[in-house]
Amino acid sequence: MVTRFPPRSSRPHGRLRILVASGAAALALAAGSVVPGIPLAPAAQEAQAADGKSTLTVAVAQSVDSLSPFLAQRLLSTSIHRLMYDYLTNYDAKDNRTIPGLATKWETSADKLTWTYTIRPDSKWSDGEQATAEDAAWTFNKMMTDEGAATSNGSFVGNFKKVTAPSPDKLVIELKKPQATMTALDVPIVPEHVWDKVGDFSKFNNDTKFPIVGNGPFVLTDYKVDSYVKLKANKDFWRGAPKFDELVFRYYKDQDAAVAALRKGEVSFVAGSPSLTPAQAASLKTADNIKVNDGPGRRFYALATNPGARTKDGTKFGDGHPALLDQKVRQALFMAVDRTTIIDKVFQGYAIEGEGYIPPRYGSYFWKPSAGQKLAYDPAKAAALLDEAGYRKNGAGKRTGKDGKPLDFRILCHATDPNDKAIGKYLQEWWGDLGIGLKVDCRDNVSDPWYAGEYDLAFDGWSVNPDPDFVMSIHTCAALPAKAKESAATDNFICDKQYDELYAKQLAEYDPAKRADLVKQMESRLYDTGYMNVMAYPNAVEAYRTDQIESITTMPSAAGNIYGQDGYWSWWSAVPAAGASGDSSDGGGSTGVLIGVGVAVVVLAGGGLLFAMRRRSTAEDRE
Amino acid sequence: MSTESTPALLKGAAGVDAVQTDGPAPAGPSARSPRARSTTAYLRYAAGKLAGAAVSLFAVLVTSFFLFRLIPGDPVKQMTGGRQVSTEQIAAMRKEFGLDLPLWQQFTEYCGKALTGDFGTSYQFRAPVMDKITEALPATLLLTGTAFVIYTAIGIWLGARSAWRNGSAGDRFHTAFALTLYSVPSFWLGLLLVITLSVGIGPVPGMFPTGGMESGSESGFAYVLDVAHHLVLPVVTLVAVEYARTLLVMRSSLLDEMGSDYLTTARAKGLRDDLVRRRHAVPNAMLPTVTLLFVNLGNTVAGAILVETVFSWPGLGGLFYQALSVPDLPLVQALFFIFAAAVILMNTLADVIYPLLDPRVGR
Repeated sequence: MVTRFPPRSSRPHGRLRILVASGAAALALAAGSVVPGIPLAPAAQEAQAADGKSTLTVAVAQSVDSLSPFLAQRLLSTSIHRLMYDYLTNYDAKDNRTIPGLATKWETSADKLTWTYTIRPDSKWSDGEQATAEDAAWTFNKMMTDEGAATSNGSFVGNFKKVTAPSPDKLVIELKKPQATMTALDVPIVPEHVWDKVGDFSKFNNDTKFPIVGNGPFVLTDYKVDSYVKLKANKDFWRGAPKFDELVFRYYKDQDAAVAALRKGEVSFVAGSPSLTPAQAASLKTADNIKVNDGPGRRFYALATNPGARTKDGTKFGDGHPALLDQKVRQALFMAVDRTTIIDKVFQGYAIEGEGYIPPRYGSYFWKPSAGQKLAYDPAKAAALLDEAGYRKNGAGKRTGKDGKPLDFRILCHATDPNDKAIGKYLQEWWGDLGIGLKVDCRDNVSDPWYAGEYDLAFDGWSVNPDPDFVMSIHTCAALPAKAKESAATDNFICDKQYDELYAKQLAEYDPAKRADLVKQMESRLYDTGYMNVMAYPNAVEAYRTDQIESITTMPSAAGNIYGQDGYWSWWSAVPAAGASGDSSDGGGSTGVLIGVGVAVVVLAGGGLLFAMRRRSTAEDRE
Repeated sequence: MSTESTPALLKGAAGVDAVQTDGPAPAGPSARSPRARSTTAYLRYAAGKLAGAAVSLFAVLVTSFFLFRLIPGDPVKQMTGGRQVSTEQIAAMRKEFGLDLPLWQQFTEYCGKALTGDFGTSYQFRAPVMDKITEALPATLLLTGTAFVIYTAIGIWLGARSAWRNGSAGDRFHTAFALTLYSVPSFWLGLLLVITLSVGIGPVPGMFPTGGMESGSESGFAYVLDVAHHLVLPVVTLVAVEYARTLLVMRSSLLDEMGSDYLTTARAKGLRDDLVRRRHAVPNAMLPTVTLLFVNLGNTVAGAILVETVFSWPGLGGLFYQALSVPDLPLVQALFFIFAAAVILMNTLADVIYPLLDPRVGR
């Protein structure tokens, strides 16, 4: 029997046969993968580039909540709507001032209650229909009458009395009371002839039928949940067609993976959430063909104090520290904050030192304190202020009130924000030197204690729109909750009569310069009261490939951000780099061959295994 | 030389009643055939396991409702954070989502609907929860299914070889290597693979996409290749961290079999060592491994969350992460229920199948 057993020397021959067969199969597969039209190969990229189509790919992390402009709330979704639909007005990329959009001009009545917009004649829907004032009137009326349609932008029409379209090019909006934000209505205007077929606006997500009819600079052509959003350039856009033929938002849930995709050239642009980290930015700065855009951001980062939580009718609730009701204590705390150190050490230079409430990128509203007004870093003066307020150091070096209790505060911090934690440690040190204790209370969700008024201090921050109405409104008495602990528009329970008077004046002031002056007065008042003190304006740190994008408009154009602009400037203006393949490929240049090698290895291993098993299974018979 | 005796040897080794009559059964209810008795016992056993699973599923349903109510924060406030929203709008949203109802009423409605497979409407996506889940499920099944098949094959194969050559250099290497990978955080390993095999580092060229499931420009067979290309790195990551468990269980249960008499008998009959291992030892050692595989399959669905995040895989893991950050209660509850149900169902399936593999169980 043994003699019939195949001699060992014959095995290498059999293995060689398998090797040859597997190699051939692998080569065939590898060859298959370089056939044009099959995605993994360089030839495919060339083929795509050869059709002359240029694609701008942007890495995003946030999911689209809805493609219906009546429901969308997230930054990505609303930014996409800016590209799909035209708005009545737009903001100039240069300086954020209001410029024409779907409306070419607008005027107000003498009583400031009627606004008449002239709708441009050269804006067409992507299905060929003319965009008219009727579309705009229908959009606003829908939001005024249908609760579902008011989900996203209902606050814009809250003061509207009546909206009509007396002619295709005239839109008339009547107001209940004067409203200065009538040129900042960030509402996408939709085509009536498409949307009047929608039944339940609270459930229609506008994501099943492509391309979606719009009149913006891009037309949405395809969308796959958490994979991509594709838009093609609208060649008939009245302001001019975008330079890239296609714009793709591709999903990278992990920020480091997105940065890797940029390095590889899979995507043309990466922003952060909201910014790239200093480490990511530093590593990209030295990479080839990548430009890091370190522009002034639209956010402020502040220290907020609980001014005593209360309802609209004055009912107090919460447990804010009473010492913080003293302006001197609040100012002393802020004077013991070394903002230079925060910028250098925590933000690692990617931020600007904070002063007024509105970031400097909004030049017309930016305010800074005068020399005498400024609460500069001065621990000695802070100590003196606390002494004046009656909180003196005891023998143990702790500041105590008249009741002998030590001055200890809690500060609410976002557990997900490393900046909060880092700055919390600095505050513990600086305020500790003053004799004040601080507990840094980091939570995944700070909303509950915040709206319950159960905090002393908090790290606070907002993104500011070109029109500052919203961020100013959240500090008015009207924004306070109706009931204790109830969610409300208020940010921080601030209710100051002087501030409210200024707010009412600015909202009724239609002269931009006079309104800006009133807004600055409000900022000055906020600063003096010390309830909100801005520590920094974090930069917008983002990066793009210079071998794919030759130029792109920032907002403000002199030095600003690219992602999440108030307008469509960045993607509309982006110019493809000369010689760019025009399509960000998923694979590397030699991907096809390498995949083939990979397949060969797998086939070889698998084939070898199979062969060995077959031999074993028949061994008995052979024996 | 014959291998005909192998099944009998196996049964004998397992200590099972090898004798089962195929002849006519004696008449009368008290004298049912052993096969009928066996079937009845099995059905009773299976029914017990299924009932247990049903109770567990209901407990998960209840837990999922109350557990996520403990997450601090008002979902409506979270969803509208940073936007201009009036108090009236917030109240309308609370009403729309049923958050204004008393908790007990929310609970009864939730249970009633869940029993019909309706987990409500997602707060953030304004779409039925089951629609969102069925959208993401295929991606997760593709990823975890592929990884499962591969890590099971590798784990069983290497585990068997390691045990058979217990104490050899190969055994020590495989065990140490698998344990090292098992203790590596999956997201870290994933990122490492992205940096090396996707972007390319030093002499290693970039070969695979950095993320996603497709490039979005392919169709037909090219689409299949495209998805396969995107699948490689996430699968490699999952396999690398998961195969150790199968390897270790397979190794240990084969070691238990190694000294058995039936193996000595098989060897005494002159069977080759490899044949003794594959035909006699491994099938018996497979029994505990099968249970583990089912449990693994259930766990892998939930355990792919980190890998899905690193590779931007559009599956249930990413959806769960997003749902938790709001919190989007209907979506979180449904996903939690599905993850738990996967583990329960797979455990139950293992329980139900096990007696078929090893008739001693369930008697």
